[in-house]
Amino acid sequence: MEQNKIPILSLKNIVTFVNRRTPSETMILKHLNLDVFDGDFITVLGSNGAGKSTLFNTIAGTLPPNSGQILHAGTDITGDSVEKRSRFLGRVFQDPKLGTAPRMTVAENLLLATKRGQHRTLALRQLKQNLPAFRQATASMNNGLSERINTATENLSGGQRQALSFLMATIRRPDVLLLDEHTAALDPNTSAQLMDQTNEKVLDQKLTCLMITHHLDDALKYGNRLIVLDDGQVKFDARGKEKDELTKEKLLSFFGNIA
Amino acid sequence: MSMLVSSIGQGLLWAILGVALFLTFRILNFPDMTVEGTFPLGAATAVTAISHGMSPLMATALAFVTGALAGLITGLLYTKGKIPILLAGILVMTACLSVNLRIMGGANVSLLGKKTVFSSHFLQSLPKYFDSVYVGLLMIIIVTILLILFLQTNLGQAFIVTGDNPVMARSFGINTDNMTIMGLMLSNGLIGLGGALISQNNGYADINMGIGIIVIALASIIIGEVVFGELTLNQRLVAVTLGSILYRFVLLIVLQLGFSTNDLNLLSAIILAICLMLPNLSKSLKLDHVIMKGVENNGTK
Repeated sequence: MEQNKIPILSLKNIVTFVNRRTPSETMILKHLNLDVFDGDFITVLGSNGAGKSTLFNTIAGTLPPNSGQILHAGTDITGDSVEKRSRFLGRVFQDPKLGTAPRMTVAENLLLATKRGQHRTLALRQLKQNLPAFRQATASMNNGLSERINTATENLSGGQRQALSFLMATIRRPDVLLLDEHTAALDPNTSAQLMDQTNEKVLDQKLTCLMITHHLDDALKYGNRLIVLDDGQVKFDARGKEKDELTKEKLLSFFGNIA
Repeated sequence: MSMLVSSIGQGLLWAILGVALFLTFRILNFPDMTVEGTFPLGAATAVTAISHGMSPLMATALAFVTGALAGLITGLLYTKGKIPILLAGILVMTACLSVNLRIMGGANVSLLGKKTVFSSHFLQSLPKYFDSVYVGLLMIIIVTILLILFLQTNLGQAFIVTGDNPVMARSFGINTDNMTIMGLMLSNGLIGLGGALISQNNGYADINMGIGIIVIALASIIIGEVVFGELTLNQRLVAVTLGSILYRFVLLIVLQLGFSTNDLNLLSAIILAICLMLPNLSKSLKLDHVIMKGVENNGTK
């Protein structure tokens, strides 16, 4: 089965400290192991401090692990920088301010995203030629983004910005997509709308995706695999049928302290 | 009249510094103190090279290179050495003082009797002060057009986003360290170029000519922004040049009021401080409102 294939992303025995060599030094990821396979849509649950954000930062390269190994399709990328990993990685941050360049327009942001991981040269950017494609991409988000394509993103609503961040992360298909509670900062309606669109696009484009969420309902409703992080390790991992049969009650009875 | 022409000429020549500082101060979003060292560095390089017989154009190009090298050092100290940018700039600026003395072999070097970019037959045949207007206009047009083109390239866009949102830039594969170093090199190269032109225009280079440069360059940026308001990035670059000329006019007026040239640095600082406070002042004093009301009343009459 799946397990015989090479995982698209593999974390082996990862140990990550924060505040290394200071009195507040803490071990966050404690010999964590995780294999992500092509087509996995994994929802990541865990209480505050369980290591969810550290896990994402370790995968993205912002926080290099202190020991252990990260493999991308079998290749060791443990020492690679954030810039280098962006070749196969797309990421949407929780904070709407982090995902877009505020003084650049929606179209300019999307144009930058189409060049994710590529070498930037002195070739002209060709914004005009790309506008029709960007209009089409933004129109699919159904939130007025396509009418504001020449607006600086600092003038967008939080929902529009997160929708744009999501488009930017996926406009060039990433091998792995990291969604870090990307709807958490939005109002309930906008959040639900973006979650639905996320789900639709991930399934449509068969993206491999890890999504951190604090909502048990979302974690159960979306994705084909659910993992629970606790005390720096993957303590629970359910996929396929096993995940479909999970209920909120079952999850809660396993882990009284999550979410 | 000749005072006015002289002011325009000076404004155009000094606009290169404003445009150069715009790259770091407005695009990369930090103040780069290196410029106080690279301006006299460019001047020292060009003047010394010319007095050793190099052609003025080559000497001016060489000033760009030495300025860019100083920018490279600031960039390395900041990105690789993790020294805060303000301190990195001050370090290189201070080091430049010694380097400039070494280059010039003394506190000042005169260009008396030497050929400069201003000594062509054509420029000499123009009325007084028109040579600086001509050279200044030509240079600032070339620099502005090249910068606008550069900012429209994929590399230029990566440079802009580095200042706008470095976290996002890295997550899309942009090496923000390299972009920062490139910006500092380009900016300080242009400052060196400006130093080369201005010293040739003055006829000498002096070790102290860098003092207060950052304030003058900032003043042209801020005046341009205060006067012309909301603009696109390309328009803002042009506004810096207009701001630089306006700044010279303000100086002209102040000097006419009886201040001496010794007061110039104090006056520059005051003008810049006022311009920096203006957006907030006009809000709190409701100046916009008053002006709009005046316009409306005139309209209905």
